[in-house]
Amino acid sequence: MRIKHLIVFTGGLLFGFGLAFGGMSKQEIVLSFLQLKDLGLLILLGGSAFVTALTINLVPKVLKKPFLGEEFKKRRRTLNKRTILGAAIFGVGWGISGQCPGSAMASIGVGNIPVLLGVASMFLGAYIMGRFFT
Amino acid sequence: MLPLGVFPYLIGGVIIGIGVSFIYVVTGIHATQSSFFSTTISFFSKIPYFQQKSYLESRSWRITFAVGVILGAFIYAITLSPDGFFTTSLQWWRLLLGGFLVGFGTRLSQGCTSGHGISGLASLSNASLYAVITFIAVGILTALAFETLGVVP
Repeated sequence: MRIKHLIVFTGGLLFGFGLAFGGMSKQEIVLSFLQLKDLGLLILLGGSAFVTALTINLVPKVLKKPFLGEEFKKRRRTLNKRTILGAAIFGVGWGISGQCPGSAMASIGVGNIPVLLGVASMFLGAYIMGRFFT
Repeated sequence: MLPLGVFPYLIGGVIIGIGVSFIYVVTGIHATQSSFFSTTISFFSKIPYFQQKSYLESRSWRITFAVGVILGAFIYAITLSPDGFFTTSLQWWRLLLGGFLVGFGTRLSQGCTSGHGISGLASLSNASLYAVITFIAVGILTALAFETLGVVP
């Protein structure tokens, strides 16, 4: 149990370092993508998805199961109205503030303290969704 | 189109991918971000939605992951960051209002830029592909509208 947390923590360190290295902890850089002035975010998203795609699709062909887990599960999401409506609402929030959940965490790490307000607000939004819309 | 070059984005993306891959290969976990809000709320709210089994099972590692992400960015700030620590100049109400919609929308959609964008696309999920196209398109329209309306910073 402890070692699982250590692995997740280490992966999280890489995740946060990579986000910050790629500029995502700066809302101005995210907004410069959404204003179509700097398309770099697509390279970051594509690069991370590509590396992850290689792992998720190839490693289970070589290894029977994860080193510390029981099986390699697929991440399953069904397409429905909520998937798209939710993504659209997220898009509005992203376009207003340049924040998304992962980059907001990374922002805290680089001392971008005003984003704590955004994170508190994300908790509230997640609560309202779960409380009234399920 | 790329005033800051390709390098920081490509290297940053690959490092993120290695982090997600490492967790997947060792534990079988898809490390994503936005569920963290709902699973952490499960410590405080007895509402059945927050008490669902998958949330209770994942809530402890999701906190560990979030702490890792924060510290990983902290390590960047004290090592390679050209500006050291820095803060945004965006107006507070944009962070507040945007954050609310991000929290609400990602949970309604069951995924965010990491859940749909990285893990979802990597899993070749159609639902995630449509979600990514939607939030990028709406994000662009919103940001351009705010810019056109003269909302700065």
